[in-house]
Amino acid sequence: MEFTPPEINLLIVAPVLIIMAAGSLGMVIDLFMPDGKKGWAVWLAAIGLLLALAQNIALWNGNYETFIPQNGVAMVVMDNFAIFLNATFLLTGLLVIPLSRSYLQRTGLEKPEYYMLLLFSISGMMLMGMANDLILVFLALEVLSIPLYIMCGMLWPRPESEESAMKYFLLGAFSSAIFVFGIALVYGATTTTAIPLIFDAVAANGLNAMIVTGLAFLMVGAGFKVAAVPFHMWTPDVYEGAPTPVTAFMSVGAKIAGFAALLRVLMLALPQASGEWVTAVAVLSTLTLIIGNVVAIRQGNIKRMLAYSSIAHAGYILIAVAAAADNPSAGVSSALFYMFAYLFTNLGAFGMVIALERNYGEGNLLDDFKGLAKRHPWLSLAMAYFMLSLTGIPPTGGFSAKFYVFGAAIEAELYWLVLIGVITSVISGYYYLRVVYLMYMFDGEGQLITGRALQFAVFVMAISTLVLGLFPEGLFNLTAEATLSATRLLAGG
Amino acid sequence: MEGTPVQNDWYFILLFVVLSPILAAVPMLINYLLGPRKPNFIKQQTYECGVETVGDAWVQFKVQYYIYALVFVIFDIEAVFLFPVAAAYGQLPLFAIGAAVLFILLLADGLAYAWGRGVLEWV
Repeated sequence: MEFTPPEINLLIVAPVLIIMAAGSLGMVIDLFMPDGKKGWAVWLAAIGLLLALAQNIALWNGNYETFIPQNGVAMVVMDNFAIFLNATFLLTGLLVIPLSRSYLQRTGLEKPEYYMLLLFSISGMMLMGMANDLILVFLALEVLSIPLYIMCGMLWPRPESEESAMKYFLLGAFSSAIFVFGIALVYGATTTTAIPLIFDAVAANGLNAMIVTGLAFLMVGAGFKVAAVPFHMWTPDVYEGAPTPVTAFMSVGAKIAGFAALLRVLMLALPQASGEWVTAVAVLSTLTLIIGNVVAIRQGNIKRMLAYSSIAHAGYILIAVAAAADNPSAGVSSALFYMFAYLFTNLGAFGMVIALERNYGEGNLLDDFKGLAKRHPWLSLAMAYFMLSLTGIPPTGGFSAKFYVFGAAIEAELYWLVLIGVITSVISGYYYLRVVYLMYMFDGEGQLITGRALQFAVFVMAISTLVLGLFPEGLFNLTAEATLSATRLLAGG
Repeated sequence: MEGTPVQNDWYFILLFVVLSPILAAVPMLINYLLGPRKPNFIKQQTYECGVETVGDAWVQFKVQYYIYALVFVIFDIEAVFLFPVAAAYGQLPLFAIGAAVLFILLLADGLAYAWGRGVLEWV
């Protein structure tokens, strides 16, 4: 039999290749560097991320396809949807690096492997956004998860860190298995794993019980990754035990990647089943919003509080996903906007948590925020601003994001979901604003350990949140273009 | 609704799911019903014969070879992946050869890393 290789254009996947090459290179360089010198790894990672970002942006509006096997359906698509998500992941990486540096130095964690694992995980997230085949989605899920399991346990003699890694690994492996079982069921029903071909098969033969069961498994698998209730049990323990910069990275990167997978599956592979999944997504969203926001009130540890807060925010993004069933363009683009705004706000809040943590686990209580405003007025102001943004008070990126999400849901006539979203936002004000209250109204001993890198990163994130709050239209137009390109590819088959 | 062929194949799995617990349970049930029972102190011990244990069984072992096992698995899979390349070598385009070489180089990178970290030294 003649062997025909798939059509491959490496320039299209160059952003991912750059990241992977930088990671592999770092592992080799590490062997030849003396132990004292660790600074190069930061620069290698940062330069790799910047190069990838530049190449990524250069591909905007290209709607490229590559890795085309004989059936003519590309496995990798580089549409604006993928490029937008890639940019989100690369920015997450670029902001996590300055947040990590001084923390890693004082916990004795500063190893080049940390940055290389960060790069490998980001490459998996990017692959997730570009995947046009369920097998590739699964591969990306593993590539992004395995480095994260290791990063959670990097403080390994500490039992909390080991517990975090073990719990994340077991539940992650479990959810991957459920996800792959869903893929198997969909394959059994449609005899394909290519997302456009699944769409065609459903269009031709309609739905059957096997596809719907497969869809349910896929949603459960993705639900674990984005930490939606009732698949959220691992989140607080894992987020609390992991090194704080890793928690920051997970709460943003892994969550957005999970939503990328969910959107690809629901919107591009099985939009004809929207009647089946819209109720499920709405119920998940309701549970996530209520439990995430209400349980967060009871937390005395800032990392656990932000863990429940990140669960709650998954609920808001799920509102957008539910809205996408009726109104794809508004739903998907508001989800993309929400994730982008969430990236700056949440990483900013974690930046402050990292600065406050003296040794591993010390200074993580809410009470440690007491009196910070007197000693660190600017950073406290930034933290207060991030808390307002997470609550959703104008003029912040968090407000614009919620505005677009609720707008999309109202257009899709999901009034009760919007009602729950608004009520839980008010509830969330209680625990977010308590941090502000503690910083400004009390006296305390808390000290921040900040370097220039961390201050700069927090400054950038505060400004970005402000800009997204005052002028959201620019980004919203980008998300709309990103959504359009994905839906056009779908229509073209 | 008529099942697709794939769905019909699954009935065998269903059959297995139902039959295998029964097959396992029946001998135990027969044993339970027919076997005579005369318990005494010696019979109730964990080990009816053998030497009494010395010390706690909960001790740490040095499982040094687990990393060898991990590295071995990777190279085992490498061999499997390279087999089709070797079989079709005559008709492969240059690109496919390049991909195979890159694959080996990436694994070599991993091996060099493990070596440099001192994983291969027997302590």
